[in-house]
Amino acid sequence: MLTSLSDQSLAALDAPVTVDRDTSVVREREKVERESLSDQTVWMLAVRDNRDRVAFGRLFDYFAPRLKGVICRSGMSPSQAEDVVQDVMLTVWRKAAMFDPERAQVSAWIFQIARNRQIDVIRKERRPVPEELKLPEETQEDAAQVLALDQETQKLRAALRRLKPAQREMVEKAYLGELTHSDIRDQTGLPLGTIKSRIRLGLERLRHELKEQGLT
Amino acid sequence: MTGVRHHIPDPLLVAYVSGSLPQAYSLVVATHLSMCDDCRARATAHEAVGGSILESCGTADLSGGLRQRVFDMLDEPVIETPRYERSGIFPAPVMEALGGLPPKWKSLGMGVRQSILSHDEGGSVRLLYIPGGQAVPDHGHNGLELTLVLQGAFRDETGRFGVGDLEVADDDLEHTPVAEDGVACICLAATDAALRFRSLVPRLLQPIFRI
Ligand SMILES: [Zn+2]
Repeated sequence: MLTSLSDQSLAALDAPVTVDRDTSVVREREKVERESLSDQTVWMLAVRDNRDRVAFGRLFDYFAPRLKGVICRSGMSPSQAEDVVQDVMLTVWRKAAMFDPERAQVSAWIFQIARNRQIDVIRKERRPVPEELKLPEETQEDAAQVLALDQETQKLRAALRRLKPAQREMVEKAYLGELTHSDIRDQTGLPLGTIKSRIRLGLERLRHELKEQGLT
Repeated sequence: MTGVRHHIPDPLLVAYVSGSLPQAYSLVVATHLSMCDDCRARATAHEAVGGSILESCGTADLSGGLRQRVFDMLDEPVIETPRYERSGIFPAPVMEALGGLPPKWKSLGMGVRQSILSHDEGGSVRLLYIPGGQAVPDHGHNGLELTLVLQGAFRDETGRFGVGDLEVADDDLEHTPVAEDGVACICLAATDAALRFRSLVPRLLQPIFRI
């Protein structure tokens, strides 16, 4: 339960209250799980659940310079890139309720918001996006699932770091949309295979997740 | 949706996730993702790669006022963009392309109809209506053609395509899709250049029909 991850309940954790053994075991486990989450996930949950401006400031300081970096790579002027960064970070604040840490890691969620915004600006029409999944109103988040996805993403990042520089460059270009159409159609050079096992792991988890929620 | 057998190939999915896929194809991909949890999960995994790259790709200095400007805007009222919902056989992305209205069909003869959703230099995307048992007019195309079945089914030289199935055809493929008997086959089709229907409409008329 992610509600137990908020600062409020953390404070409760430290408070000298008498609890029965089972509850204290559960709380101990939840505390460990929260401490293992990445900073970004913790900040994003604080923004989502508590509208925490300090946490939003941390997200801003972490993501805004990175967003500007990748957006500038696509050839946008620095000032236009900053307009996009501004819109993206405002969307993060406003649509925080849509953030689902069981399905997407913070960076993946923000990446997608940035892509959508960038395309809207460049093409001057809305980018087609898939129908939103209808989730049950009161889903209790499974902290173990959130943690598993978080850790899977950290492993993915480590796998990306281990790529040879040339491969790494190809992957960056592919995912930042810097390949030409013929590159896309003839993607023999893209080392998708080397990261495929990671993607597959994430995929299995997500598919399992979709099944669990009765969406398939 | 269960039973989908023809999915989005990875390069196409990466192109969509990265934002480099032209609008017409993006609509077909987004529509398939709305119908296929399998591909949705794969797209999400690709987004995780994108997110990892965002985190590890380096930073650019921000101009001094940006942070404060964003904070000043946090409490501003939000203008909601209109949202579309699935209607009948049309998933939300198609309804959005239709502006929330039913398709305006134009006859191409022999019971075949089309409704063009968008058409620009980046490509065109249309709904096609083919009566059961009827062949889609023989056509060639200058590049990639994506065809997604929304209702009914068709068969061609490469196999059978039912609801949710996506056919990816490049310019080498000369195919003659035939709608299965029974309910009409309705497809969402994107091409990167004008389709050239050979037998149905004389070439001279193509600019008029915009096909
Ligand atoms: Zn699929």
